[in-house]
Amino acid sequence: MRRKGRFFSLTALLPAVLVGLLVLPLTADAANTPREQPLVADLSKHLVAITTGFSGTDVLLFGATDGPGDIILVVRGPVTQQIVRRKGKVGGLMWVNQDYVTVENAPSFYSVASTRPLEDLVGPATLDRHQIGMTHLDLELSDLTLGETEEEFRSALFRLKEEQGLYSYAPGTVTQLANRLFRSELHFPSNVPTGTYLVEVYLVRDNDVVNAEITPLIIGKAGFGADLYLFAHEHSAWYGVGAILLAVVAGWAAGALFRRS
Amino acid sequence: MQIYLPIAEMSVNLFLLLAMGGGVGFLSGLFGVGGGFLLTPLMIFIGIPPAVSVATVANQFLASSVSGVLAHWRRGNVDVKMGLVLMVGGLAGSGLGVWVFKVLRSLGQIDLAISICYVLFLGTVGGLMLAESLAAMRRSRRPLPPSRAGQGHHESWVHRLPFKMRFRKSRLYISALLPLAVGLAVGILAAIMGVGGGFIMVPAMIYLLGMPTQVVVGTSLFQIIFVTANTTFLQSTFNQTVDVVLALLLLPGAVIGAQYGARFGSRLKAEQLRVLLALLVLGVCLKLAFDLVTRPDDLYLLAGGMK
Repeated sequence: MRRKGRFFSLTALLPAVLVGLLVLPLTADAANTPREQPLVADLSKHLVAITTGFSGTDVLLFGATDGPGDIILVVRGPVTQQIVRRKGKVGGLMWVNQDYVTVENAPSFYSVASTRPLEDLVGPATLDRHQIGMTHLDLELSDLTLGETEEEFRSALFRLKEEQGLYSYAPGTVTQLANRLFRSELHFPSNVPTGTYLVEVYLVRDNDVVNAEITPLIIGKAGFGADLYLFAHEHSAWYGVGAILLAVVAGWAAGALFRRS
Repeated sequence: MQIYLPIAEMSVNLFLLLAMGGGVGFLSGLFGVGGGFLLTPLMIFIGIPPAVSVATVANQFLASSVSGVLAHWRRGNVDVKMGLVLMVGGLAGSGLGVWVFKVLRSLGQIDLAISICYVLFLGTVGGLMLAESLAAMRRSRRPLPPSRAGQGHHESWVHRLPFKMRFRKSRLYISALLPLAVGLAVGILAAIMGVGGGFIMVPAMIYLLGMPTQVVVGTSLFQIIFVTANTTFLQSTFNQTVDVVLALLLLPGAVIGAQYGARFGSRLKAEQLRVLLALLVLGVCLKLAFDLVTRPDDLYLLAGGMK
């Protein structure tokens, strides 16, 4: 049962991206018209197309500041519901899924990169406010019957997501040049969830966030795989019939090919 | 070379898939069973979600059963009437199985159900097969006439069941309820375990129904076609977990592997083959049982939301 909303047709989303690109700089401009912008950033591409040969991709983030300062970079994928289960021993014999916690608003992808470790840059209150860092995410947990072990489920979620390559924290990976230019390579693995991502860039000076910029990034299936996924979810029964016919024809062909006994 | 699987939503190495198909195909050609009990755990092992693995194996077996049944059909080794009766039970069973699968998945217990089914059935089938084939090997060393095991020694209540039918090709006159029940049970298991059910169906046909060995494999493949077609349809419709790209990529390896397996198998004695198969089945069973009772490395696991 996957969300249908996770599928994106790239052509349909193109206008949204263009609007996003136009609107963001404009609103930022309106806020500080007289001065030069303290922070600008952009991505090497704003659309990642998952095609048949997709095996993960890198997107370059680059930008400039109007003077010295540290950079924190946060990438958030679309929010999903996640169930975290824990195994327990049943009847003194078997390990069986027992307790579970539903996280209603877990980002499907979440990565933090920065010029220096977060704790050296800003205080915990600021990290909480901007939800920077896994432990500062404002997660909404339901089905809580466990009380004291909630924290364990939270850290299990982070750990498992890190193992899948979907959550990461990489201090020191944003590189700066002459206190003005900065760049960082954003990696998205092959199992990256589709949807609209937000790439947030924070400029930090004197233990405080002084400026921020948000850029959208769209990750969507494209081509044959996208059509197939859409068909499987929108017309499930016909997809089933198609899968049967395809298998029968393929099996028949394979059998005929090896007819010589 | 990586290839992105649209339904599983991940990319897998193409050559790994071809090799897996080939390896399992070789064993299935060698032993005359589908090999789903190996393929499904292997797919889960390389990271394909269990729900997608189970549903896709059904689709892949539909294809390999079609190609397998053609050969048996030409040799006249398919008991169509028996196959159809088994199929009726199998269709009902796979429908029930897909529903049970959905319920268990929403309860978060599908992995446990799959593991327990595997341990129970692989253990039983493997154990019985090992005992029987070892006994057969011992008999064949002594110059005694082989006892006609599995034929004509059913309990009397079996013969008193109603709806008797004549199955000419199998040379049987038994109640239709027997094959119906066998079909039903195998259908449920096939849907839950992601197997064609051959490794349960074939022994059940030989030992429970008393069918002659030469029509067993062809007839079981014949009915597996219908059951896997039904499973494919139901899994697609209710769970959207059939990945046709994955199924098609597994097929070439499986078909070619099966040819070599069958050729290699013809050089071995039937009892030797059965002992090897029994050991393989028991090995998989023990591995799964071990995993079930030892403390897992990680007690936690993630599952996506249900809607």
